Amino acid sequence: MFEILSKKYLNEFVIHISVKAPLIAKKALPGQFVILKVDEKGERIPLTIFKADKKIGIIELIYQKLGTTTLKLSQKGAGDFILDLVGPLGKPSQTKGYANVLVVSGGVANAISCPIAESFKKNGSNVEMISGFRNKSLIILEDEIRNIDNKAQIVTDDGSNGKKALVTNILQEKLSNDKHYDLVLAIGPIMMMSAVCNITKKFGIKTIVSMNSIMIDGTGMCGGCRVLVNNEVKFACIDGPEFDGHMIDFKNANMRNAMFINQEKKSKEKYCNLFIFKGV
Amino acid sequence: MINNSKVKEAIKILEKQERTTTFKEVELTLDDNSALNEALRCLNCKNSPCKSGCPVGIDIPRFINLISNNDIKEAYNVILEDNLLPSICGRVCPQEKQCESKCVKGKIGEPVAIGRLERYVADKFINEDKPLKEKQIKNKKIAIIGSGPSGLTCAGMLCKNGYNVEIFEALHVAGGVLSYGIPSFRLPRNIIKSQIDNLEKMGVIIHTNVVVGKTLSIDDLFSMGFNAVYISTGAGLPKVMNISGENLPGVMYANEFLTRINLMKAYKEDYDTPICIPKSLVVVGAGNVAMDVARCAVRIGCEKVTVLYRKTEDEMPARRDEYIHAKEEGVNFEFLKTPIEFLDNDGKLNSIRYAKVQLKENSEGKKIFEILENEKDIILANMVVIAIGNSPNKILYENEKNIDFKDNGCIIANDNTKTSRKFVYAGGDVVTGAATVILAMSAGKKAAIQIDKDLS
Repeated sequence: MFEILSKKYLNEFVIHISVKAPLIAKKALPGQFVILKVDEKGERIPLTIFKADKKIGIIELIYQKLGTTTLKLSQKGAGDFILDLVGPLGKPSQTKGYANVLVVSGGVANAISCPIAESFKKNGSNVEMISGFRNKSLIILEDEIRNIDNKAQIVTDDGSNGKKALVTNILQEKLSNDKHYDLVLAIGPIMMMSAVCNITKKFGIKTIVSMNSIMIDGTGMCGGCRVLVNNEVKFACIDGPEFDGHMIDFKNANMRNAMFINQEKKSKEKYCNLFIFKGV
Repeated sequence: MINNSKVKEAIKILEKQERTTTFKEVELTLDDNSALNEALRCLNCKNSPCKSGCPVGIDIPRFINLISNNDIKEAYNVILEDNLLPSICGRVCPQEKQCESKCVKGKIGEPVAIGRLERYVADKFINEDKPLKEKQIKNKKIAIIGSGPSGLTCAGMLCKNGYNVEIFEALHVAGGVLSYGIPSFRLPRNIIKSQIDNLEKMGVIIHTNVVVGKTLSIDDLFSMGFNAVYISTGAGLPKVMNISGENLPGVMYANEFLTRINLMKAYKEDYDTPICIPKSLVVVGAGNVAMDVARCAVRIGCEKVTVLYRKTEDEMPARRDEYIHAKEEGVNFEFLKTPIEFLDNDGKLNSIRYAKVQLKENSEGKKIFEILENEKDIILANMVVIAIGNSPNKILYENEKNIDFKDNGCIIANDNTKTSRKFVYAGGDVVTGAATVILAMSAGKKAAIQIDKDLS
């Protein structure tokens, strides 16, 4: 049992929690994730670790209320417990040795890219951020983003926060300005990562993406999370979650992530009917 | 008063209707009368060949003789001397290839049903606390990585000998393959639970949700004060076929299919983990895992379940009983066929292109298969489950540089389970590659003996 110590909403759908998990906190590195199971009958889902403090034995997680498990989790607050939590899993991000890094993130994935971007910065990289959200009310982690890059481009799909643009528009602009980047890190919905990779490929810039696949065990056992990298089967849980974006078969990844879409919809409807959620 | 019958005592089997719609256990435990009659078939041979066929060396004639004398409790104690998980082994051991294959009775009829007798005895006392003999406390701590059959056996034996034993398990439940792999119609969950509860009552501590190699390293374990480490992490990484379409949604490895069903209970309405119920499902492979997949598929409601195997029924690695049960439950078998491509319609798997094969003997007399290039055809499938074997998980391989591994990810350990690192031992599937529950248990037993020797 793992105690939730604090909980706060970052927007209407995205929640930040801190959880007591000393063993995980001690080992966690940027880019790694945990698998959690909220209760006895729950599903095991992966969540990226936002922050870890080994001194006090606490990890922080950020998640979006989306399906049954995250809705269930959102019903828990400080003082409540998560039944099962295991980690840190996956390979940590490689954040050393890049002079200029451009980090492109979409939506809740900013919670994944912020700690990695910070790690690049700590290791001496000059880091620029492009962060996209659907609208102003969904913007999260603005302070963190600006702390990493005070000129960060925070854009919205509908223009409700100044500039109306997609992250790929800004990316295209930046790359066309002849500025040199050693690495692009793209994290967000599969279609976004795929679009980023299509652009960076043209400019010949190495691009790392983080795959958020369906997983059960997270230790290389089930194979549910497999992705095609350069036509070879790789497991996101143990070989990733980060891969060379130019080698990923995004079409396949998209299909695999939608594998249980009908079941997930049904399960969520059932759960919502049970508890009559508002605004979900 | 020997029973001269040439055949085993009949056992009760669950009604067919219930077999295809529920996960209730299919074979029922012998009743007292049948158990006695079966025990009386034993010739009590002087040289007891059966015993040599048991990987953990249970004194088989002795316990069977005790059943004949109606001293079931003592029969139980005899089994426990060599096997702390008899209710499990009585159910899942391939007895026809082990103890029962050596039984003299088998030469002119059916061998004595040793497995069923073991199960009969063990089930009688399953909920009873183990008699805790006065044990000498050794003040030494042993860490065991993985709570499958090998780890549990090693833990139980060491605990019996007075060691403080702690098991570290990556999943949220103990049992390893017993919990995520073997379905409850073959091994009911209350049986696994009772056997593990018994170990905990003896003093074994189990930590779930700890991945050694990630959450803790082997160095961490030593600095936490453990005097020895036994690695029994099994073989959990599915083997891939490397054929076109393998990554399509709808193509799964047996581990995923079985874990969703057995561990996560996806087939139950009130559990959150999803599973698709396809109209037609094809299982590739014909071992016990493949039979488990096929029989689970029948139970969750697949209309047509087919096993595709590149050899014939004579070469099937599955236990005979599992094959027979699968056929009785309506599973179709296609022999001498091997998949060459998985085909889709707009991203959805819809069929398998397969080739017919023929078996040939090579110079060593081993059967090898040859693809018949001109004989290819298609079988329809909405889901394919690949069950062609597993190799060891890569996490320790990648993170524990002080231990020698083979290129295939197996740990190198000698006959006494010692690895290249002092006070680190390994056994079971992580050393041998995927094998059976009982062989893994035998390694666990060996490790317990070796650890005791080295720490004394």
